[in-house]
Amino acid sequence: MTLPLFFFYVFSVITVASALMVIAARNPVHSVLFLILAFVNSAGLFMLAGAEFLALILIVVYVGAVAVLFLFVTMMLDVDFASLRQGMLQYAPVGVVVGVILLLELLLVGGSFVLPTGVEATAMVPIEQGVQNTKAIGQLLYTRYVFLFQGAAGILLVAMIGAIVLTLRHKSNVKRQDVFRQTGRKRSEGVELVKVKSGQGL
Amino acid sequence: MNELLSNYLPILIFVGLAAVIGLALMIAPFVIAYKKPDPEKVSAFEAGFDAFDDARMKFDVRFYLVSILFIVFDLEVALLFPWAVAFREVGWFGFWSVMIFLGVLTIGFIYEWKKGALEWD
Repeated sequence: MTLPLFFFYVFSVITVASALMVIAARNPVHSVLFLILAFVNSAGLFMLAGAEFLALILIVVYVGAVAVLFLFVTMMLDVDFASLRQGMLQYAPVGVVVGVILLLELLLVGGSFVLPTGVEATAMVPIEQGVQNTKAIGQLLYTRYVFLFQGAAGILLVAMIGAIVLTLRHKSNVKRQDVFRQTGRKRSEGVELVKVKSGQGL
Repeated sequence: MNELLSNYLPILIFVGLAAVIGLALMIAPFVIAYKKPDPEKVSAFEAGFDAFDDARMKFDVRFYLVSILFIVFDLEVALLFPWAVAFREVGWFGFWSVMIFLGVLTIGFIYEWKKGALEWD
């Protein structure tokens, strides 16, 4: 068994096992931590497939940002997990039925799916040999797929505005520092020299 | 083994080494540390009085806003990496397409700044 094959099995076994633990763990924070483990191992699988850019982006974006967001959400929820688990047995039969139907459908699709021969030649953009992965993405993303790229900009903009509109609540009566006013203050506005007559006071 | 993967072999060795050291440090106390618990030692201690309530409490939603805004700009930077690598090949068309991309996100950034989403209170 070659080394890449060995690591393929290591990464995929850990990915599947941690994905199972994501739904099986009792503590939701543990589920998110297992999700991070699944992401890291999928990054290893991407790397084995030769997609180094995707692998590192998976670590930077998903592990660095999305998983942290999930952690925030699970910590923000503040639900009583004991009461959530109560209905588990009650809903289990329905869940099993849906799961089995989904599994059968997936098996049907997977069993009848045949990759036609020569499909690589008919791909929109043939994969050049000897071009770096990141460079190959860069050559296509900004020119051929420019509209999708701008669409990504639009989606990010919508996400930004949506998050601000939904969650931003300003407290009133908060004193803020206004640096321009602070540094633009003149001496005459701040200090006054008062001539006090002797024995009279102010 | 192809060239790409052998470039990443040192990282793999590093990860393996880190895992071994981390696990060793976590497991060693269970094996070799001196343990003699009593009720006072293992009880929760919070500056002299019993703990008031659970440590699990609601987060302020503003943390969520900060991390969403972080993810947006994180993705923006991630989409710029291939541009840096293929800068010569994509030419002026690619340059202006990236500039429009950055412009759209700058609109969002100005909106966020003016709305005061970058301020805490």
